[in-house]
Amino acid sequence: MRGLLKLTWLEIRIFMREPLGFVAAIGIPLVMFLALGRSMSPFADRSARTMQFLAQDLPLFVSIFISINAALSLVAVISIYREGGILKRLRATPLRPAVILVAHVLVKLVFTGISLLLVILAGRRFYPIPLHAHLAGFALAVVVTTVTILCMGFVVASMVGTARFAQLIGSVIFYPMLVVSGMFVPLSSMPRPLAVLGSVLPMSHAVALLRGAWDGTGWLVLLPHLGALALTIAICLGLTTRVFRWE
Amino acid sequence: MPRPVIEVARLRKLYGSTVAVDDVSFEVFEGEIFGLIGPNGAGKTTTMECVEGVRKADAGRTTVLGLDPARQANALQQRIGVQLQQAQLQKRIRVWEAVDLWASLYPRTIDGRTLLEQLGLTEKRNASFMSLSGGQKQRLFIALALINDPEVVFLDELTTGLDPQARRAIWDLVNGIRSRGKTVFLTTHLMEEAERLCDRVAIIEHGRLIEMGAPADLVRQHCPERGVVFSSDRADLAGELERIAGAGSVRVEGTTYTVQGRGDDFVTAVIRFIAAQALTVRDFRTVFPTLEDVFLKLTGHAIRD
Repeated sequence: MRGLLKLTWLEIRIFMREPLGFVAAIGIPLVMFLALGRSMSPFADRSARTMQFLAQDLPLFVSIFISINAALSLVAVISIYREGGILKRLRATPLRPAVILVAHVLVKLVFTGISLLLVILAGRRFYPIPLHAHLAGFALAVVVTTVTILCMGFVVASMVGTARFAQLIGSVIFYPMLVVSGMFVPLSSMPRPLAVLGSVLPMSHAVALLRGAWDGTGWLVLLPHLGALALTIAICLGLTTRVFRWE
Repeated sequence: MPRPVIEVARLRKLYGSTVAVDDVSFEVFEGEIFGLIGPNGAGKTTTMECVEGVRKADAGRTTVLGLDPARQANALQQRIGVQLQQAQLQKRIRVWEAVDLWASLYPRTIDGRTLLEQLGLTEKRNASFMSLSGGQKQRLFIALALINDPEVVFLDELTTGLDPQARRAIWDLVNGIRSRGKTVFLTTHLMEEAERLCDRVAIIEHGRLIEMGAPADLVRQHCPERGVVFSSDRADLAGELERIAGAGSVRVEGTTYTVQGRGDDFVTAVIRFIAAQALTVRDFRTVFPTLEDVFLKLTGHAIRD
């Protein structure tokens, strides 16, 4: 436990020293949120579609974007650490292997939290419309979503050798998944094969969970989505423990 | 008789269908510096990593400090110190942070500040890992390997890529580790390093252990020839030199003689000859074979090939 906290805190400090990584994790989602949000307001086109986009779709997209960002960064870190023999070096200590990986999950969760917090705070001041959401439940949903995507990231990091490739593969998996997740186009209005594909993939359940939590839908209703994400986490962890390479 | 702290019996390790280590057996005794030597790719690192518990062997029995590295890796990690070949740390980790992290992982540790001071890293305490020179990185890795006051220290290709000066400094440090009563198990492909540091060496090639012993004994056993080179003002000594006890070939270049011979008395015999002839000698040196020559003799090729 002491090792986990120590390593996590150390990795947080190290991450903050990497100016580009820090900007990507915190700055890009924030700028995207405000820029897209404000670009909508001057049109004064307060149609239902625009309002829906501003009030829910964009905040949800930004949240999920932050999670995917975190996972891609995780994939990169793990690959770089493996290539440099850092993972191997840490493993030749009394640290349990799982602790080394869990520390990185915690680091990414911390930065996801910071990033979201900044988005909310900046949104209060600069976003065109006020926030209407059940924040506590939504925060919980974001944590579940992020952990799910991070676990998927571990599978990618396990299978792909080099950092450059791993991040590319990660993007190629996560972003198309987002397209058929019901984020912008509801699954019900998609062609049937796409809708089926989307509902099988975990991202659609993440979006449904986030949307439900945002609206304050009861957790009981969201249970199937929660279950789907839990199943995804279990499968990814199972795969990771089998195929993860330390060097 | 010192007790063995590492016992390896019939170790075997495969990578796919490639045999990396084949039937390797040896013991390392308490308080000695033991070196696994051989060319790159011979199986040194694989052997060492199986002993450290970083890698699982396919066959054979290994005990380190009475523990099984494969099944009791965690208990073993507490009592050994490890420096891995070509390992890195996080680019932006600071020296003191690495020492601090490592210190937090073990129940019993020595003072990190003192350690950094002994290794000449005090001024680099706040430097990031990526800003360190090769020698400083290796000294940091030595510090991390010593932080838990281990009984056995594993050093894998410690001086590879270092300049001669940094290399010598590291050698002094390794000798210092041994004089603290610790056992050192190292690998190297540098025969000079092995000769300078190791009490005993095992020569490994193509995954097989081909010879083991004290460097001087191995040289004496496999390469008993030695040479005496001297220059004199006389150019007609070849015939008489050949008649010296133990002498083999004599080579003459101008007034410089190279006399090859064998036997412990050979060098003395040459000196007596010079004295008896009342020769004026401008230069005199002996040339002894090295582990490099032993390796060449045993394998038929030089270690760097």
